[in-house]
Amino acid sequence: MLTLEHIAWAAPGGEQILKGIDLTVADGKLTVITGPNGSGKTSLAKLIAGLEAPSAGRILLDGEDITSLDITERAQRGVGYAFQQPVRFKGLIVRDLLELAAGGALSEDELCRLLGQVGLCARDYIDREVNASLSGGEIKRIEIATVLARKNLRLAVFDEPEAGIDLWSFEGLIDAFQHLKGASGQSLLIISHQERILDIADEIVVIAAGKVRMAGTKEDVLPALMEDEKAGRCPIEKEAVCHE
Amino acid sequence: MSEETIKERTRRLLAAVSEYKGNFDGAYNIREDGQCAGRRSTEHIQIDSMPDGKPGLLIHIAPGTQDETVYIPACVTHSDVDDLVYNDFYVGDGARVTIVAGCGVHSDGDEDARHNGVHRFFLGKGAYVLYKEKHIGTGTGKGLKKIDPVTTVVLDEDATLEMDTIQLGGVDRTTRTTEGTLAARAHLIIHERILTEGEQTAKTDFVVDLDGEDSGVNLISRSVAKDASHQEYHSVIRGNARCSGHSECDAILVGNGTVSAAPELFAGDVDAALIHEAAIGKIAGEQILKLRTLGLTEQEAEETIIKGFLNA
Repeated sequence: MLTLEHIAWAAPGGEQILKGIDLTVADGKLTVITGPNGSGKTSLAKLIAGLEAPSAGRILLDGEDITSLDITERAQRGVGYAFQQPVRFKGLIVRDLLELAAGGALSEDELCRLLGQVGLCARDYIDREVNASLSGGEIKRIEIATVLARKNLRLAVFDEPEAGIDLWSFEGLIDAFQHLKGASGQSLLIISHQERILDIADEIVVIAAGKVRMAGTKEDVLPALMEDEKAGRCPIEKEAVCHE
Repeated sequence: MSEETIKERTRRLLAAVSEYKGNFDGAYNIREDGQCAGRRSTEHIQIDSMPDGKPGLLIHIAPGTQDETVYIPACVTHSDVDDLVYNDFYVGDGARVTIVAGCGVHSDGDEDARHNGVHRFFLGKGAYVLYKEKHIGTGTGKGLKKIDPVTTVVLDEDATLEMDTIQLGGVDRTTRTTEGTLAARAHLIIHERILTEGEQTAKTDFVVDLDGEDSGVNLISRSVAKDASHQEYHSVIRGNARCSGHSECDAILVGNGTVSAAPELFAGDVDAALIHEAAIGKIAGEQILKLRTLGLTEQEAEETIIKGFLNA
């Protein structure tokens, strides 16, 4: 279980991006964070994975305070993080990256299964360099696979996994998240604007202007979001007005 | 001299640079401190000493030879050796072979140990050669370990030479010169990987003339300059006909390493398509971050990135 307590964070320029976030991601549940661009969702994901340090607040993983742990220590405690903008490596091949993620050698079958979950045919990809020759969609899928490959995951964070994934592969991705959710009781956190991802959420958290605007079960939050969308209003702004 | 008499140190150097596992499967010549320590010709590959007492080998590969390998490693096992050797390869039309030419230099003394191999490759029509060259330096003496290879490649029509050259540390000074001349539809592919550390310097120079229609060169250099080491890269690709040329120089700096890259392209024909790409810099911070999110420490991440980059 992941718990965020009063998390605040300011950008290097001094702008206050997150203004006190309280959030719980329960075991075996899929929580989706959504909200407008620039609301601080990616910053929150980076804070959870340890790429940024909060200016205030605490981060707890299964009750342990991990706020002061660095990226490596958090990863070793079971935090997985799929970047929104995947990183390319000249010289490392897909197999290398997945084996680093898994912490050991992977059989052809395991590689096939992992890449299959993100809609790639292993045979075509395991020896490909993770470099600029991969398209945006291909590298995004490999990025997701590096988190699926992790062993002993306690919490998996995916930052906009849908970006660059075509409609035909989307179903496979949804299945992969469903599988991850049900498999081992780990906490799953996805940052997304995609309706179909919102639709498989257990909990939905709406973040706007650095604060939690709405949080609750999908059944509670999703209809409100959809209703406002149909009405042509911005639900986030309405919420903002309601709360402030 | 039989192969059994070669020194243990030579055996270790051979294993490191030339796929030596107690023997060679194919034609070979082992050069040890300027002397021949073993040689074997085969039905299709004839190895002779250079005429007129000139140090080196004259190697003839028969036309049509298929999938054979010839090994010509050279080792310098102690300091105060300045070895210079000339090896000429004549590869017959349509032959398809692998040539392995590793070089190991060991120095425990105060004097320098140097190997300078001048290799010339003349490929007949439609021939294909994979040329593997690996250099290492070992030993802790004050004497500098130097390897200065000079490679000349002359490709006849439809011939291809693929050169895979690697030097990962241990060599104090190296100046590498490679020249190529390509006839119609010939292709030259060079993968160079160099790592320097400490106070080492490496200088590499390529000059390729694309003289024939539809000839092509692909030159890929990856280097890592660690500590206070320094590397210089200079390439000249001259497109003298309708042709394609591509060169790519990527360098990673670690510590106070420095790299100078000077690519040069000359288009002497309106249909010469020439491209150069170069990138020098430290390891991208986000690469280290990504690997750390997989559980690696910063140091492990850096080592993994460099190892992958050099494909080592």
